[in-house]
Amino acid sequence: MIGYYLDLAMRSLKRNKVLTALMVLAIAVGIGTSMTTLTVMHVLSGDPIPQKSANLFRVGLNVFPDDNFRPGEEVPDNLSRRDAEALLRDARADRQAMMSAGTMVVTPAQGDPLSLEARYTTADFFTMFAVPFRFGRAWDRGDDGSHARVAVISAALNDQLFGGRDSTGSTLQVGSQSLRIVGVLGDWSMNPRFYDLSNGRFGDGEQVFVPLATALDLHLATSGTMNCWGNNSDEHAADAPCLWLQYWAELDAPSTRAAYRQYLHNYMARQRQAGRFTHPGEVRLLDVMQWLDAKGVVPSDVRLQVWLALGFLGICLLNTVGLLLAKFLRRSGEISVRRALGASRRAIFMQCLVEAGVVGLAGGVCGLALAGLGLVLVRHQPTDYAGLVHMDPSMLLATFVLALLSSLLAGLLPAWRAMHVAPAVALKSN
Amino acid sequence: MHLRHILHALGRHRIAVGLLVLEIAFSCAVVCNALFLIGTRLERMQRPTGVDEMHVVEVGVRSVTPGTPEATMAQTRTDLARLRALPGVSDAVVASSTLFGDSVSFSGVSLSDDAKAPSLAVAQYFGGAQLARTLGLKLASGRWFNPDEFVSYDALQGGASGVPVIISRALAQHLFPGQDAAGRTIYAFGANRVVGVVDRLVQPRDYGAAGGYDYAMMFPVDLPYSRGTYLMRVDDPARRQAVIGQALQALKADGPLRLISPRYATTLEAARAKYYRNDRAMAWLLVGVSLLLLLVTALGIVGLSSFWVGQRRRQIGIRRAIGASRRDIRTYFQAENFLIATGGIVLGMALAYGINLVLMRHYELGHLPGYYLPIGSVVLWVLGQLAVLGPALRAAAVPPVVATRAA
Repeated sequence: MIGYYLDLAMRSLKRNKVLTALMVLAIAVGIGTSMTTLTVMHVLSGDPIPQKSANLFRVGLNVFPDDNFRPGEEVPDNLSRRDAEALLRDARADRQAMMSAGTMVVTPAQGDPLSLEARYTTADFFTMFAVPFRFGRAWDRGDDGSHARVAVISAALNDQLFGGRDSTGSTLQVGSQSLRIVGVLGDWSMNPRFYDLSNGRFGDGEQVFVPLATALDLHLATSGTMNCWGNNSDEHAADAPCLWLQYWAELDAPSTRAAYRQYLHNYMARQRQAGRFTHPGEVRLLDVMQWLDAKGVVPSDVRLQVWLALGFLGICLLNTVGLLLAKFLRRSGEISVRRALGASRRAIFMQCLVEAGVVGLAGGVCGLALAGLGLVLVRHQPTDYAGLVHMDPSMLLATFVLALLSSLLAGLLPAWRAMHVAPAVALKSN
Repeated sequence: MHLRHILHALGRHRIAVGLLVLEIAFSCAVVCNALFLIGTRLERMQRPTGVDEMHVVEVGVRSVTPGTPEATMAQTRTDLARLRALPGVSDAVVASSTLFGDSVSFSGVSLSDDAKAPSLAVAQYFGGAQLARTLGLKLASGRWFNPDEFVSYDALQGGASGVPVIISRALAQHLFPGQDAAGRTIYAFGANRVVGVVDRLVQPRDYGAAGGYDYAMMFPVDLPYSRGTYLMRVDDPARRQAVIGQALQALKADGPLRLISPRYATTLEAARAKYYRNDRAMAWLLVGVSLLLLLVTALGIVGLSSFWVGQRRRQIGIRRAIGASRRDIRTYFQAENFLIATGGIVLGMALAYGINLVLMRHYELGHLPGYYLPIGSVVLWVLGQLAVLGPALRAAAVPPVVATRAA
């Protein structure tokens, strides 16, 4: 039966090409814009590290002195050096790392000095965030302790400075100091860069990684949010009243999470006893997805675009409903003949829906092309996430499902009306 | 016009009419809000900074091998002398942050030295004696800094006492409503006496509370080049790129090995364009979507009107046969469309305000101003009339003889 309906649908669609084209176009434009924005949303709100995002936790402690404490305010994102080093020394999580973003100027053997994006961190960083290596390896905790003059560089920097060869053992000249390269990263990009959202949320990662203790020794410049209180001449000093370090803990077993939270509360209680503050000293422990959610990582413009596109699709569908209605009712005569010859209402309904579905599929195919075009436009936008936006198979499938569902939805009312055409009246009026 | 007849005829096509009304209503609501969003973006992009942007260029230089603070400061003085000597450059200075730049620094400002007093985070600029002249700032009251008031960066951070401050008028009005702020004391780096108020000075970039963009303050600090950016005032805007080139050359020619690159040099005009590029892209996107939306709506009106005309060919023929002119038939369909559009507009305005309320809750937006009502109405009325013109003319062309034929 469906074959026959399909045949009827094709004939009917061919009969009024302009109306058909209008309907297909409306659905295509609606689907195209919706899928473009939904794909951007899908890419931006994705899990950057799916295999272990539930095991990685951002640690926040409210260690403000009472003078700077505002009740009801959120726990700050970053830790002071004093607290981060204390937690790292205790090492109560399976793995833990403290870190800061920075920029460093490197003088290559030939050519002008280069300004590089850097991350100053501790040894566990690389295992925690599943960072792949092309050559060499990460530094270890011993290197952290001995302030070793070592560095890990990105594949891109390795290509730029060393033509892609194994550069481990070579050095990077930073001012009058030199850092020995111990590892070269493989292909690694983390988007959004969840471990530190304060320096650009999307895009290329850091080019150099240096032990935090070494970076402090060399007075390398840090970047990101620095929140200090009181007067202090060196904001990076061990006891400086400044919040600037990101701290992450990996807790693999769900059972250890409550214990770790308790450990943090105990730590804060000791700080309170030591007289740093008298407020409750709140603690914040968020896993990767909770953290991204709390920081509102999807740009609000992108959300707005999704709503706009869905509204647009709605209007296109309303339009399609109107046109389908016009089309079906124009055929009242034909329908009543079929009814008079014994076709059931159900059969008429099915036939109309099949026709709507064909329009929807055609609209979906064109919509997919439009979405492709839309994504090319998005990739040419001057945003930091532009380069990441691609359509994956799940979105491809979603496009067709959305197109078919919406066209069937649009066909429901017209088909319902068509099915209720009274054969006798329509025949007589003809 | 036989309004009653039209309404009666419309009543017989309730579903189709309802669909058209809904479609027009949704378009009206979305287009009104899109126009409003475009308006707010344009307004945001046109915010003045108080700086004479067309005459300012910046060149950032970073040190590679840090020398002693004295050597760096001496190098900075040499650099500044060279930059000021460039043809067409009237002023040069080191400033801690540049407009539309990545870095922004704040200090808590309060009106008493009690640590528990409420404080406001205010964006700050540190810079040398020429800063105000280079930026082309305008003094609203008080005076500029005196040459003997300039301190070193370390002295300021270490709590040097009595460093004067110049604040923006918006900040002055916030802190001292209705009074002249010049001569008053604020507490930021210890006690700071407000010596002057500038007409306008803003944060380097939007950060923190939305209302704080035009709160800013300046401190007289002689900065080494390693802690800031060179700003130059160029007399002739057409020579800005040439000056940047000459400045890079002059800085490279002398001094230790440093990071000097066109990548860190720009005109303020270019920096502004880059800063607002997302807003511009969003505004264009909204324009595009609005146009597409109106197009789709127009196509819907064309489609349904043509259907109606086709359905009523016989009635039209009869009316023509009993004396209706072509003009009567045309105006009939136009009036019909006007009624439908009006219905859509009334419903659409209610929807527009509904959507606006939702947007206000999520996107720091204001109320949809009243003048979007007439704009939206006129746009949709005109659109409806344009869309219905073709079908209406086709209806008017139906010959009276149709009445005598069987359908």
